[in-house]
Amino acid sequence: MHGIVSVIVVSIIITDFLLLSAGWLKSAIRIVAVQGLALGLLPLFVHQDGLSFRLTAIAILVIMLKGIVFPRLLMRSLREMNTVRTITYYVGPMASLLVGIAVLSSSLWWGYVLPLPDQTGYRLAIPMVFFTIVTGLFLIVSRRQALMQIIGYLALENGVYTFGVFFAQSESMLIEIGILLDVFVGVYIMGVMVFHISREFDNIEAGQLSTLKDWFQNRKELAGKDPES
Amino acid sequence: MKINLLPIVHLVLAMVAAPLLSGIINRTKAIMAGRRGQPILQAYHDLFKLLRKGAVYSRTTSSLFRLGPIVNLAAIITGLLLVPFAGCPGFIAFDGDLVVLAYLLGLARFFVVSAALDTGSSFEGMGASREVMFSILVEPTLFLGLFSLSRLSHSLSLSGILYASGVTGWIIGAPALVAGTLFVLYLAENSRIPFDDPLTHLELTMIHEVMVLDHSGPDFGLVLYGSALKLWLFGALFVGVFSPDLTEAGVWIREGYALAGMVLLPIAVGIVESSMARLRLLKVPQLLVGAGALSLLATILVLG
Repeated sequence: MHGIVSVIVVSIIITDFLLLSAGWLKSAIRIVAVQGLALGLLPLFVHQDGLSFRLTAIAILVIMLKGIVFPRLLMRSLREMNTVRTITYYVGPMASLLVGIAVLSSSLWWGYVLPLPDQTGYRLAIPMVFFTIVTGLFLIVSRRQALMQIIGYLALENGVYTFGVFFAQSESMLIEIGILLDVFVGVYIMGVMVFHISREFDNIEAGQLSTLKDWFQNRKELAGKDPES
Repeated sequence: MKINLLPIVHLVLAMVAAPLLSGIINRTKAIMAGRRGQPILQAYHDLFKLLRKGAVYSRTTSSLFRLGPIVNLAAIITGLLLVPFAGCPGFIAFDGDLVVLAYLLGLARFFVVSAALDTGSSFEGMGASREVMFSILVEPTLFLGLFSLSRLSHSLSLSGILYASGVTGWIIGAPALVAGTLFVLYLAENSRIPFDDPLTHLELTMIHEVMVLDHSGPDFGLVLYGSALKLWLFGALFVGVFSPDLTEAGVWIREGYALAGMVLLPIAVGIVESSMARLRLLKVPQLLVGAGALSLLATILVLG
């Protein structure tokens, strides 16, 4: 059991690195889907007291949502908008990878100085959780497209969820399900919003949101109304 | 006193069989592409042809230019003395020889780069600059990978850390990550396809090949032979890491495993080369940093 959990933890760390270095929106969506699948398998192996019905149901729900539904939603909004298919950056993939290496090292340190009163004994769990959360935050601030910010948000949520898997008793997994539903609604609404933004402004670059004001003024002038009156 | 003949046999084997590896790669690629391909011994023919020729030296070059291929070859042969093969320690084995190996590779690279700069050709300078830039990323990756293996096996010698990981080590996962890293380094250091296309002679894209454009005749032969030996050296490292625990097995099983590995690795490289295109030059450092991240992860797994 311990071996399988380490393999899953290592593969989640690797998917974080892949997310940091991804060059295409489509591949970023696929990577986040793989990460979701790995996360979904995690509760089956972490809790040593065998498979309960509750755990299996949670695992299936998480795999369905994170591995299948979210990527499909994102793929659909990617398909429906006319945007560049490559990821545009504030911080390039190479520098992002270096940042990732630094974050992984420092989250190892955090794992040492912030030990949790846990009995599970998965020593890489805390660094992995920190790393995934910070990777998600970093993706949100360092990528230009709104779609990548959704993916960063998903990675962030994946980190939070893993934290719950490792350190909650199986009863409080109920909270996790509640959060999961919130995230589902969140991703759904964000997908719709991104679609509308891209249809209205022809792009989903977060850096160009300042043009929003000009666009609004132009609309008023076109309508022949003085904004003062 | 009983003299162990095996390291000598391995060294001779490496010196004789190394050019065969590129033949295997080329034959695999030819079969994948539906061609018959060049003879599997083509590299030997090329070497003999080049060694019979005379060399041409530009008047702008100094003795450093002539020294380049010789020191390169000498450093790589010395490196081969250190690398264990088939579970048997190398010709020379002592604590810390993995550092010596990394520095020997660095020495070889330094002289090839200096010889390239010595010609004063802008193309070769460009190649030298690329080579040095990539080696900045390759060397820490190699060191981190070897360090994690050395920590895992509590040994500072190459003969202690290779062929010793075994099944228990594989469960932790660090040797698997290091093996992945070493495969990337194998491709990068020997200028195979995701990094550099050994077939192209377009100056804008070449890395290793562009540095040796001015070498001719026997000098170029030495360069080719040196790169064949380097292919063998990295192959032996990879096969050693990617190995079950063979310390208990008999001599013939170990030899058979290592030789099979040395043949299967070029076939894998041929398949990789047939199935993907060269990376854009800008993407190469990214892949190398990714390999570095993997070996850092291996180190963390071992340290934690």
